[in-house]
Amino acid sequence: MNWLTNFVRPKLRGLVGPKEIPENLWHACPSCNQMIFHRDLEKNLRVCQHCGHHMRLEVKQRLEMMFDEGAWQTIELPKALPDPLKFRDRKRYSERLKESQAKTGRDDALLVAHGTMGGIKVVIAAFDFAFMGGSMGAAVGEGLLAGARLAVMQEAPYIVIPSSGGARMQEGIVSLMQMARTTIAVEEVRDAGLPFIVVFTDPTTGGVSASFAMLGDVHIAEPGSVIGFAGARVIEQTIREKLPEGFQRAEYLLEHGMVDMVVPRKDLKQTVVRVLELLVNPGPMAQVVSLSGDGGKLAVVEHEEKSDASTTD
Amino acid sequence: MHTYLDFEKPIAELEGKIEELRHLAGSGDINIADEVARLQTKIERLIRQAYAKLTPWQKAQVARHPNRPHTVDYLKGLIEDFTPLAGDRLFAEDRAIIGGLGRFKGSSVVVMGHEKGSDTDERVKHNFGMARPEGYRKAQRLMKLADRFQIPVLTFVDTPGAYPGVDAEARGQAEAIARSIDTCLSLKVPLVSTVIGEGGSGGAIALATADCVLMLEHAIYSVISPEGCASILWRDGEQAKTAAEALRLTAQDLMRLGVIDEVIAEPIGGAHRDRDATVRAVGESIEKQLRKLGNHDPDTLKSHRRQKFLEMGQNSL
Ligand SMILES: [Zn+2]
Repeated sequence: MNWLTNFVRPKLRGLVGPKEIPENLWHACPSCNQMIFHRDLEKNLRVCQHCGHHMRLEVKQRLEMMFDEGAWQTIELPKALPDPLKFRDRKRYSERLKESQAKTGRDDALLVAHGTMGGIKVVIAAFDFAFMGGSMGAAVGEGLLAGARLAVMQEAPYIVIPSSGGARMQEGIVSLMQMARTTIAVEEVRDAGLPFIVVFTDPTTGGVSASFAMLGDVHIAEPGSVIGFAGARVIEQTIREKLPEGFQRAEYLLEHGMVDMVVPRKDLKQTVVRVLELLVNPGPMAQVVSLSGDGGKLAVVEHEEKSDASTTD
Repeated sequence: MHTYLDFEKPIAELEGKIEELRHLAGSGDINIADEVARLQTKIERLIRQAYAKLTPWQKAQVARHPNRPHTVDYLKGLIEDFTPLAGDRLFAEDRAIIGGLGRFKGSSVVVMGHEKGSDTDERVKHNFGMARPEGYRKAQRLMKLADRFQIPVLTFVDTPGAYPGVDAEARGQAEAIARSIDTCLSLKVPLVSTVIGEGGSGGAIALATADCVLMLEHAIYSVISPEGCASILWRDGEQAKTAAEALRLTAQDLMRLGVIDEVIAEPIGGAHRDRDATVRAVGESIEKQLRKLGNHDPDTLKSHRRQKFLEMGQNSL
């Protein structure tokens, strides 16, 4: 499913000939159909300058815009057992994997990187939609866990940026189990007292939205992103009704209490940095004195309450 | 345009006169300045007199004055880097309660409050400050966020009450309020609440089961609105004035009852006559209380808060 139609304007083709370079490409915005010059589109972080439509960002570009000076280090992710079910549909899963690996140059659909944002040390796990629709199998699950553990080790906030259709069917029940495993990843970050921020990008659906992605301390969504559990087509077929305009879009999720804010891509980094600043640098007044031997007082109060309760029984 | 309350009629007349004089001043009569000054002094005296002995019913009017600073004004005046957070993660975003993260006097806070809105569109958007279950569930979520990151919580109370509606009941209005009170009591970070206007019943205490409850001089806080009480107990809505007296809903009475911890003086003539000064005064009181609370460890903080509410009802007037 490619939202973007790349093509060269006929007029230009005559001038440039067959050896065009990307800078000469024009794109049609899938939302307003207006033409956008390739270089403008890139400069604008792939947001249509005519209508504000946010196109999908390649995972590399995504990390570039998030990290300070566009600099980060990826970590090598633990290997997961490939193709646990020896699955084949019209094609072997093992072949599909190889194709995606060749196409993207990545082992699987997740990239875990660390660096700084606004000077704050962070770990970011970002999905690569180009790798089998960003679907979550064992390797992605392992990656999300590895990212969480790196965050805990570095005492750094953990930011996850999903762009995923959901669980990877070709791994069957093993992919379903990643919902539980990635939830544990969130718990490990939470138990360490570190912020867990989710940046919802298009799309965040199925088993990905129904696990770690909906468990963030703060949920930030890019405009127009599809976020939901069941696919719109499935719902439409089930209820035999046309779905409302804007259904499962980021703005709909905001209205329905599921995300904290919808933030345009150009403001995304500064918003994340501001939230992190407020959570990790709370300042002098937020520091309640550390636990002293005074804790005994609470025990007394609780005891009194218990005895009250027993007398009314 | 200034909105005058019923008991402010004499003030309104004099201020009208000044306007007239100023209008005439265009024609170059210098004596007008003296006359304006004389009237000004008289107005100030009248305001001072009226506001020094407001009846509970008059206070109810002042507490609901449309120009009174609302939660948004306190956010604007006191909170830097305010970052609104939305939604209960269950059903909806309820704009009757607004809240988020921000910085107060250099320190992070989670801040929230009922917002009534100040023009027709805003009032509808914020449902006149009457929250549905989603509003209280968002409040709980934000309080828990604060607890997780050891950030103090500030709340501003200004609501006629929780929204009375079929949809709100169907989704558990009572449960949502109960859970909010429970969440307030469970916090291990400082929680400072300020009743800035109307503290309407369960909808108010849901955000105000706090270590420290501050209240503006002419705000009210009550189990039921004077009108509601009159129609139930007197079977006559016209008796609201009598009910307002009986309910003991003023900051001064609540202080004597030990229900609140501090009364914050309002500018002469009420908060609406000097909004900036009011916001500043509230900020100073909150800061003072926060610094005091910062001296307790988390468990003591929680046990003191519980103890404070356990002891309530032992002072009578
Ligand atoms: Zn467009």
